[in-house]
Amino acid sequence: MAMNDDYVIETRDMSKSFRGFMAVTGVNLRVRRNTIHALIGPNGAGKTTCFNLITKFLQPSSGQILLNGRDVTRLKPAQVARRGMVRSFQISSVFPHLTVLENLRVALQRKMNNSFHFWRSDRCLDQLNDRARELIADVGLAEFEGALAAELPYGRKRGLELATTMALEPEVMLLDEPMAGMGTEDIQRTAELIRRVAQGRTVLMVEHNINVVADLSDTITVLQRGEILAEGSYAEISSNRDVITAYMGSEHE
Amino acid sequence: MMGSVKMHKGLWLVLGLVALAVAPLVVYPVFLAKVLCFALFAAAFNLLLGYVGLLSFGHAAFFGFAAYCGAHVTKVWGFGPEVAILTGTAVGAGLGLVFGAIAIRRQGIYFAMVTLALAQMVYFVALQAPFTHGEDGIQGVPRRPLFGLIDIGSNIAIYYFVLAVFLIGVFIIYRTVHSPFGQILKSIRENEPRAISLGYDTDRYKLIAFVLSAGLSGLAGSTKVLVFQLASLTDVQWQMSGEVVLMTILGGMGTMLGPIVGAAVVVSMQNYLAQVGSMTTIVQGAIFVVCVLLFRRGIVGELAAFLRSRRKTPAEPESSYQQAGAAAPAPERPRGG
Repeated sequence: MAMNDDYVIETRDMSKSFRGFMAVTGVNLRVRRNTIHALIGPNGAGKTTCFNLITKFLQPSSGQILLNGRDVTRLKPAQVARRGMVRSFQISSVFPHLTVLENLRVALQRKMNNSFHFWRSDRCLDQLNDRARELIADVGLAEFEGALAAELPYGRKRGLELATTMALEPEVMLLDEPMAGMGTEDIQRTAELIRRVAQGRTVLMVEHNINVVADLSDTITVLQRGEILAEGSYAEISSNRDVITAYMGSEHE
Repeated sequence: MMGSVKMHKGLWLVLGLVALAVAPLVVYPVFLAKVLCFALFAAAFNLLLGYVGLLSFGHAAFFGFAAYCGAHVTKVWGFGPEVAILTGTAVGAGLGLVFGAIAIRRQGIYFAMVTLALAQMVYFVALQAPFTHGEDGIQGVPRRPLFGLIDIGSNIAIYYFVLAVFLIGVFIIYRTVHSPFGQILKSIRENEPRAISLGYDTDRYKLIAFVLSAGLSGLAGSTKVLVFQLASLTDVQWQMSGEVVLMTILGGMGTMLGPIVGAAVVVSMQNYLAQVGSMTTIVQGAIFVVCVLLFRRGIVGELAAFLRSRRKTPAEPESSYQQAGAAAPAPERPRGG
């Protein structure tokens, strides 16, 4: 089927060394359109580095990165973001001393193309409020609209972050450990949220919580020491002998 | 509720303007004009420190070098004061573009050091270039008629001229802060990597803010020349860069009024403590230390927080935002893992 070969993100022999230490070695990752793809592996396996490379927050030492078949290896991070690939960060990433509504407006504002207009009143941003409120309500934050992001509980912050990402209507979302530091209740709500927002988009995520990964992902790639160890569905991965010895250990025997 | 807050603001604004209008009847106008020049300088500096989170330690270069250029334009070339201050603004902005292009990629203390180093180079030029007259400076700068028509020779007249420049400058800053552009600046101050990930090329926003800040500092510097009829090395020395940091933090960075109040306090202190000679700097330093230790948000910042806490319910959680002195709240860069 043609659809099976429709890759949104593709890396070719992507490598990154930090002063001789190879953090990522010859990674060929392909993320199929409209799927949820998880990147897992033990600490130091190079997951976050891969993320930073793909989103251009780091420059690869060698290899190529393609977004929708177009080479983006030399682009700046803000440029790939404008092409529809938006990332989140491991630590919850909001604008702490702006209100929840303002957080959303910063994202929505980009499409207005007025972000350099220092001579205009910011009242022109009020037209974004309706859309912002929709998105806020979507993640269940309606009652916190006027609160500073810094004052939200942790799980709510991640909800806000997701809403902000969604505001850009990205084609691809890269979520770096969306469940890190969350309690069970928050995890369930966030997993639901991710499943919902993934409709009609592609999601690549790094996640340690294996239940979440099993539950959400269509494809899983296992990294070890900067290299791809295995790739496939959860059933395939969890029965893979290398993966069991290297990563899951006795837990799944 | 919102309406009454707005009305209060309007009322305070009118009261403030009236106070500024009648002030020279009570206080020596040249002193007031000096305060306004420094207030504009500090407000311009605060645009960068308070709203982008960038601590420049080289703003004396824009202030002082613009002062020399403004003085030269009106004394030697015979242009009016309007040309002098526009030249000053342009020189400040031009220098700002050069400084910014070099420094903007650096963070925190490195940014401060690069701007300081560049400002020292400008100081050296001011010391050595023939048109600045070295240690003497440019003296006896004439106060020519404004637009060739309006006499601003008297001290009262120059005060109102400075007041007009000050109001225009502060309005530009206010507009910038409360604009779509200003919103992005605040998001960069809050979390730069996140702003990048939303598709904003943050270096460009920072550079524009830097140029605006430098240009307005140049405006302040060249206006000061018309008040004192003198451009000297004092205005371009690194101590001046430090003084503007002091004014801004003392008054309250990240607030519109803070730097203005801070400038008024520092200039008044220097004026009224002048009799005790070298003690001035000691007293100034002591006050600064006390302020940083006790009121981190500055005079206006603390006052605003106090009023806010009275208006809200007492149970309201206090924001943990501490506007600490030196390095801006630089968000951590993502690292490999």
